[in-house]
Amino acid sequence: MTAPDPGVTFGYLDEQTKRMIRRAILKAVAIPGYQVPFAGREMPLPYGWGTGGIQVTASVIGGDDVLKVIDQGADDTTNAVSIRRFFRRVTGVATTEHTTEATLIQTRHRVPETPLRAGQILIYQVPIPEPLRRMEPRETETRKMHALSDYGVMHVKLYEDIAQHGCISTSYDYPVRVNGRHVMAPSPIPKFDNPKMHDAPFLQLFGAGREKRIYALPPYTSVVSLDFEDHPFTVQAWDRVCDLCGATDSYLDEVVTDDRGGRLFVCSDSDYCTGRRAAGHRGPMAATAAGEALSDAMAAVGREDGEARP
Amino acid sequence: MTAALAHAPTAQADPHPLLDVSGLAKWYGPHLGCRDVAFTLYPGEVMGVVGESGSGKTTLLGCLSGGLEPSAGRVTYHSERWGAVDIHALPEGRRRLLMRTEWGFVRQNPRDGLRMGVSAGANIGERPMAVGDRHYGRIRAQALDWLKQVEIDQTRLDDRPAQFSGGMQQRLQIARVLVNGPRLVFMDEPTGGLDVSVQARLLDLLRDLVARLGLAAVIVTHDLAVARLLAHRLMVMKDGRVVEEGLTDQVLDDPHHPYTQLLVSSVLQA
Repeated sequence: MTAPDPGVTFGYLDEQTKRMIRRAILKAVAIPGYQVPFAGREMPLPYGWGTGGIQVTASVIGGDDVLKVIDQGADDTTNAVSIRRFFRRVTGVATTEHTTEATLIQTRHRVPETPLRAGQILIYQVPIPEPLRRMEPRETETRKMHALSDYGVMHVKLYEDIAQHGCISTSYDYPVRVNGRHVMAPSPIPKFDNPKMHDAPFLQLFGAGREKRIYALPPYTSVVSLDFEDHPFTVQAWDRVCDLCGATDSYLDEVVTDDRGGRLFVCSDSDYCTGRRAAGHRGPMAATAAGEALSDAMAAVGREDGEARP
Repeated sequence: MTAALAHAPTAQADPHPLLDVSGLAKWYGPHLGCRDVAFTLYPGEVMGVVGESGSGKTTLLGCLSGGLEPSAGRVTYHSERWGAVDIHALPEGRRRLLMRTEWGFVRQNPRDGLRMGVSAGANIGERPMAVGDRHYGRIRAQALDWLKQVEIDQTRLDDRPAQFSGGMQQRLQIARVLVNGPRLVFMDEPTGGLDVSVQARLLDLLRDLVARLGLAAVIVTHDLAVARLLAHRLMVMKDGRVVEEGLTDQVLDDPHHPYTQLLVSSVLQA
């Protein structure tokens, strides 16, 4: 743990702003899936880099929290590294890469593979909070549709998917119905992660910085992915395992290893993959040169040291 | 006598009028939209509204269908589900539900009534899906059947309406509106912007569907031929008022009001 920057308020935002955002969060938790407008602030990074998630995190974080930040499941990507460094600087809280150790997890585009427990909070960065946007561009109209629970057009989109592609081709940001009431955009997580949101024991908060909306899923809320009776919702499946750790149950990323067509399929959740390898699991490609190089690269990022303030 | 009149139901068949309009008026600030409109429409009856541009036809249709708030008057609809309801006192949610179950609205420009970004099948399936049909195969079969009914090639089911001709778009819009069996359809110039041969086919189709499904309809048009073919009764509007009203053939064959006489005599004889 490092000392916070003495020139900056704890959590970067001023106290009034944090109060305002907390009020929005309370309202969001009270009405699961409802998008609560809030007075989003300028943050020291551009829109699209997680300004919404950061503001939510900054409002709920406390001195004794342990923060984990992931981007596409990985702890060592640019977005994750810079947000983690930002919070270490403005709050001085402990950070971790281990899903089980974290109390707050800010995520972009994944839900961790390791099941979260009650008491943990998952904070999503959301680019487009409005699930109806693609079918109905008018914001005044979409708000009315939410108010009246008028969601027929969502199935028009799914129908169109099946008619054009033979199956529901929407594979990320797959629309869900929350608590039997609001249709919600789960942010661009793969639909693989949708079932993890249902009836989850942990709190889930969603922050959209550009559009200035906050919404939430309180623990144990029903989250149902929309589908048809004769085309039920399914998640992605692979006919292979993680090349490094051999996991059969995780979301796999394709990694190109050379310019001769070499590629590896590895867990997108880097902590899950590293943890399994530490426990002795090995995938089919772990012993090859490319596999070892990738393992080394994932392990070599000495994040605690390398990210210390300059 | 036209064939349409032969289908005109008698008022005794159903004691409840479908639509009961009284003292309807709409002002846009100091400008008059329409005023003193009153009529009743019975199930299966087709009412034509004719008049020149700016005579308040579309305003009237807006007030009837709940899209516009009238300045005075009442529109009472006898719903299957809720009995007699004042359309403008109805909560918006119910009005929307009505609009996609018991009512339909065919717009002059099919681009306003269709969802141009999705296929013909999705357009037809929207109303069933909006009221809770969640079976893809059934929705698709229904859409296919309706393409046939409106005489569109069934292989075009997955094409977008943007690739359709104007006449096909209008027929698609009609299929989309009629798919889940509305009782009352509002049509705003359904043949506007189409060439005459396409118009004739569309009118044929509409007349057939209206008679076969027993639809009640309010059709706004400036084309007297459309009114004569489709409407049982006719209302002639000028400057926001109804100047003449009666059976279609009566009004067109023996116009009383000077404006109606002018209207009838201005029709080009081919």
